[in-house]
Amino acid sequence: MTADASIPALESDIAIPDDVKDNVFITNISKLLDPVYNWSRRNSVWPMVFGLACCAIEMICTASSRYDLARFGMEVFRATPRQSDLMIVSGTVTKKMVPTIIRLYNQMPEPRYVLSMGACANGGGPFKEGYNVVDGIDKFLPVDVYVPGCPPTPQALIHGLISLQEKIDQQSLATVPWYRKNGIGTEIVPIPVLGPDLVDIRQLDLIRAEAKKVTEAEAA
Amino acid sequence: MSETEMVMEAGDAPVVYASPPEEALADLKERFPDIRDDDRPDYSGVIVEADQLLAVAMALREELGFNYLSSVTGVDLIKDNKLEVVYHVYSIEKGGGPVVLKVQIDRDNPVVPSLTPYWPGADFQEREIWDLFGIKFDGHPDLRRILMWEEFQGFPMRKDWREAFYEEDNKPFGSRWPGGDVIRAEELNRYGKNVTYPDGWIPTGEEYEVETDMYGEVAVQRDETPGLKTDKVTVNMGPQHPSTHGVFRMVVTLDGETIVALKPVMGYLHRNHEKIGERNTFIQNIPYTDRLDYLSSMSNNHGYVLAVEKLLDIEPPERAEWIRILMVELTRIVNHAWALGFLLNDIGALQTPMLYLYIERELILDFFEAAAGSRMMCNYMRFGGLAFDLPERVREQPTMAYLNELVYERLPTAMAEFERLITGNEIAKARMQGVGYLSAEDAIAYSAAGPLLRASGVAYDVRRAQPYSYYDQLDFNVAVRYNGDIYDRYLVRVDEIYESIKIIKQVLPHLEATEGQPIMTGKPQYAVRVNGGEVYSRVENPKGELGYYVTAQRRASNPDRYHIRAPSFINLTAMEKMSIGHKVADLVAILGSIDIVLGEVDR
Ligand code: SF4
Repeated sequence: MTADASIPALESDIAIPDDVKDNVFITNISKLLDPVYNWSRRNSVWPMVFGLACCAIEMICTASSRYDLARFGMEVFRATPRQSDLMIVSGTVTKKMVPTIIRLYNQMPEPRYVLSMGACANGGGPFKEGYNVVDGIDKFLPVDVYVPGCPPTPQALIHGLISLQEKIDQQSLATVPWYRKNGIGTEIVPIPVLGPDLVDIRQLDLIRAEAKKVTEAEAA
Repeated sequence: MSETEMVMEAGDAPVVYASPPEEALADLKERFPDIRDDDRPDYSGVIVEADQLLAVAMALREELGFNYLSSVTGVDLIKDNKLEVVYHVYSIEKGGGPVVLKVQIDRDNPVVPSLTPYWPGADFQEREIWDLFGIKFDGHPDLRRILMWEEFQGFPMRKDWREAFYEEDNKPFGSRWPGGDVIRAEELNRYGKNVTYPDGWIPTGEEYEVETDMYGEVAVQRDETPGLKTDKVTVNMGPQHPSTHGVFRMVVTLDGETIVALKPVMGYLHRNHEKIGERNTFIQNIPYTDRLDYLSSMSNNHGYVLAVEKLLDIEPPERAEWIRILMVELTRIVNHAWALGFLLNDIGALQTPMLYLYIERELILDFFEAAAGSRMMCNYMRFGGLAFDLPERVREQPTMAYLNELVYERLPTAMAEFERLITGNEIAKARMQGVGYLSAEDAIAYSAAGPLLRASGVAYDVRRAQPYSYYDQLDFNVAVRYNGDIYDRYLVRVDEIYESIKIIKQVLPHLEATEGQPIMTGKPQYAVRVNGGEVYSRVENPKGELGYYVTAQRRASNPDRYHIRAPSFINLTAMEKMSIGHKVADLVAILGSIDIVLGEVDR
């Protein structure tokens, strides 16, 4: 774990009375707190009950007795996004479904993580070319861990979850986006809408520009 | 037809029905001189004029006994500038093959009379055809899109409709073959993702209303009847709901706690299986069929290879047939274990029964993994045989010993324990008995299939009615129950597990006897070329009748039309009928008793 250079050294902020100066030992506070904070967070990642397709079946198997996610403190699947820390995108993301997924993501309180499970969620998978398929959830959401496979075996999913724990271990209170003073934490992702095709409203300008090009070409 | 004749009692020898559709067709032609044979080479059935369809269909149902409208398929005959609707109608009582009716209409103004008012089982299928092919069904009570959303542009299953990542009509694509290069479709797309908009389309902001519309149905309605005024409330369940078995949505109108109307909303997992399937080569579709009903991949494989084998005119060797039956019956056990576990989960027996059954399920999945290389998506069957022979060992044990232990010891013990816990359980009975009733007539009219149909007292099982593979040589009973409620559907599934065990016990000696024999007819091929024509092949999947309708041209390596009659999808048609009048808490139980898998509902 490395201390962030952007954090002001505490000694300079705090006036320490002379008589206690030799008795207190002040160090970078994040070094002290981060391990405690990360330890408790990594061992209580609560996933959301959220199955999309075939991969969800393997996710359920992972949670059941043979593979036993409880060993990692992750057996508490919550049926509501408001109580979950982790969204396991387990399966094919379709255009019709993606507004709902984004809405669920926005409803999760921070800290929140996204694990993309299986070929479909990673990049469209076998159904990538389909007209109702989104070619990867990372087109819309920030993904923390990708688990390959079609479907990933329970072992693979557990490996992905352990990777997530390792990622959590690397985080520091001082740098995680959700405790920054200036800024509103991780971004709220705008919910895409269903028009003639899926519309990512972050791309509205691009869509308008393309439409203009076509109309101009027709006029010419 | 009396009830006793319809029902096969336990202990009956296997019955093979005669094949009656020819007689019915001859009779039909006499009554309606205008209908003509479909004379394309290797096509079957008759072509009916659109304005005669209703009369023909009704004569078929009322007078000739063909009362089960199994499948309605749309086809785009772009070369003739026509669209076609194909109906496969069976007779529950007589068994045997289908009478196939076809209606061909002009591509520019496609209108066909709807059969839904007479055969409610056609409801969702006609909506699907409207959605994907743009064929209007005159007289359909609720002709909306079903898989895509209303604002979607175009009718995607038409041959001239192209998706955003379109490359070529058929695989293998020139970009991948023979050089093996990879292009990333995103990089060629203006928006960097799988989207395309009509030329010159400018977003106006109106489309943002879609979300509001989606939830607009969540509304309060005033009761119009005189007397005490009560409000009806419309509740939205899904697509993200812990008990909808996937991304399925129901819009339920409640009077107090009682359900007065229910509309299933689907398409949240519509992954364009059929469109992709028509681009694929024949063999490329096998792994896709795994992902239809992803709990029973082996039996999906089976239906598909049977269909293409008919087009190829080949048959698998004996050992392959026995292994197929072994796999398919194990799949049935796996599927029913899952379905029962989830049904009990839905009625409040949270987790425990489910976890009990998973232990055995995992044993079978280990066997699948040893045989096919994958637990769930087995991709195991091939045209004319199998991808691999049985493995030598499973979990350090010789395969035959493993299987013997499984079917003679593990499964019967586990089922006995499960039954001891649940079948006579007061709470389970109280939640399941008398709930979600579906009468035999309704089950047939709604084209219900599988355990849903058989729990309503209709002894119809494709393995018996139109035997395929070696099922005519096996001794098993068709599980039938008569009350048509959730409890009977539960019992039918339990019975079927026992029957599957019985079948596997008969198969095992054959496996030993055929040890070392070939598992493929001819040598394995990647690029098969078929004889062409049309084929409809159906198998009794754990969830019901799974049918594949495949057409292809002579010497083609890709199908022209590839349609799946998905039992979960069609079984949902009866959902509203079963739910009305029950409490909202029973809804999840009723849904659980149908046993749907969204991969197959939405395809
Ligand atoms: S990655 Fe494979 S198993 Fe997972 S949802 Fe996609 S198709 Fe199904």
